[in-house]
Amino acid sequence: MKPPPFAYHSATSIPEAIQLLSKLENAKLLAGGQSLMAMLNLRYLHPENLVDINRIPELSGITIDQGRLRIGAMTRQQAIKASAEVKAAAPIFAETLAYVGHRQTRNRGTIGGSLCHLDPAAELPALALLHDAMVTVAGPRGERKIEMAAFIVDYMTTAVQADELVTLIEFPLWRAGHGYGFAEFARRHGDFAIAAVACLMESDSEGRMTRVAISVAGVAATAIRLTAAEAALIGKVAGPEAFAAAAACCADIAAVGDVHGSAEYRKKVAAVMLRRALTDAQSRMAKNG
Amino acid sequence: MTLHNIKLTVNGLPVEAAVDDRLTLADFLRHQLNLTGTHIGCEHGVCGACTILVDNVSARSCLMLAVQTDGLAVRTVEGLQATDGTLHPLQAAFRDNHGLQCGYCTPGMLMTLVEFLGENPQPSAADVREAISGNLCRCTGYQRIVESALDAAKRLNEQEP
Repeated sequence: MKPPPFAYHSATSIPEAIQLLSKLENAKLLAGGQSLMAMLNLRYLHPENLVDINRIPELSGITIDQGRLRIGAMTRQQAIKASAEVKAAAPIFAETLAYVGHRQTRNRGTIGGSLCHLDPAAELPALALLHDAMVTVAGPRGERKIEMAAFIVDYMTTAVQADELVTLIEFPLWRAGHGYGFAEFARRHGDFAIAAVACLMESDSEGRMTRVAISVAGVAATAIRLTAAEAALIGKVAGPEAFAAAAACCADIAAVGDVHGSAEYRKKVAAVMLRRALTDAQSRMAKNG
Repeated sequence: MTLHNIKLTVNGLPVEAAVDDRLTLADFLRHQLNLTGTHIGCEHGVCGACTILVDNVSARSCLMLAVQTDGLAVRTVEGLQATDGTLHPLQAAFRDNHGLQCGYCTPGMLMTLVEFLGENPQPSAADVREAISGNLCRCTGYQRIVESALDAAKRLNEQEP
């Protein structure tokens, strides 16, 4: 037996999951299990109870309407990557999800699980932050919606309380023809990112950027928005000169170093990834602006 | 500790068992069903040796609990060959192309590639390398594994009509 002892419970509805979380001592939700099960096998965690939410069908699904992409918390990462609907409305998802683990882990891993685990190097929290996503959380006091910026509290810490679960993530979509770019550096394919940058871009008919969003994973304690770089780009003509100025903002990130890369190194890699992501975004913007 | 009664199919055959809360699917297959073809390497989802199919999609059996497979269909490396013992084209390609050395990673490689070749009948070598990026091999340097996978794709395509 690798994991420490716990009692397993399977919930078949959202109210049942909330009830179990409220009633049970020291309980953890089991979503896709691609991080939690590894942490249990390594005995980093010792929950007394596991509440499995894999048998709650209403937690899975992808819908797009009124300019919003809605993804159920238990939707598998592979299902999002493979969705033609998502690819058409928000092509950055498929591009980014190719970097999320491996096929075997994407088949089980969920978007809600990734957001709640909040690994600093994880790509999905960075995508949610990039889109100013809204996270719906259900608990014994009812439902509440949390903006992604407030959902992220600190290193691997979210605003979700112990008796709550994430049910839905809503992404406001950018207009058709927006530019997008995702660049990541890791030692091997599928490894945790040393630095990853996601960006979205819109410009006017003269090529001046009118709207830009940039998020960075793997560098600071959580995914962050690079607001200084966004502000530096607005009104400028998209191109190497503007992108170099934006990349310089990476020097000010509150970077955290570890055995895989120092804080300084991560900031330098982030600057390179930012230039690449912005260049891709520019080349992908619809030419008619 | 509570025992949970589960019913599932393993390689197409019905299985009923009583499993402990914390028994991983990998340990269940090996210790309770004696299906030792599924290998266990790292036990935290990194090495890919324990890859199996659950409802026809690949998964790490060390990162699932046995109790979670109630009502599902599990396929392991033992389920690849035909009932008369004829090797699956993927297994035959690995044998003929020296796609394994010590054999430890092989069951995981095969189960990963069964899913991959089903979706990508004409992959490039680069596609194969990305597909097996979640499976570690410490013997072969991957070259022979990639060659085996490409040969298997050819064999499967010839088999199709």
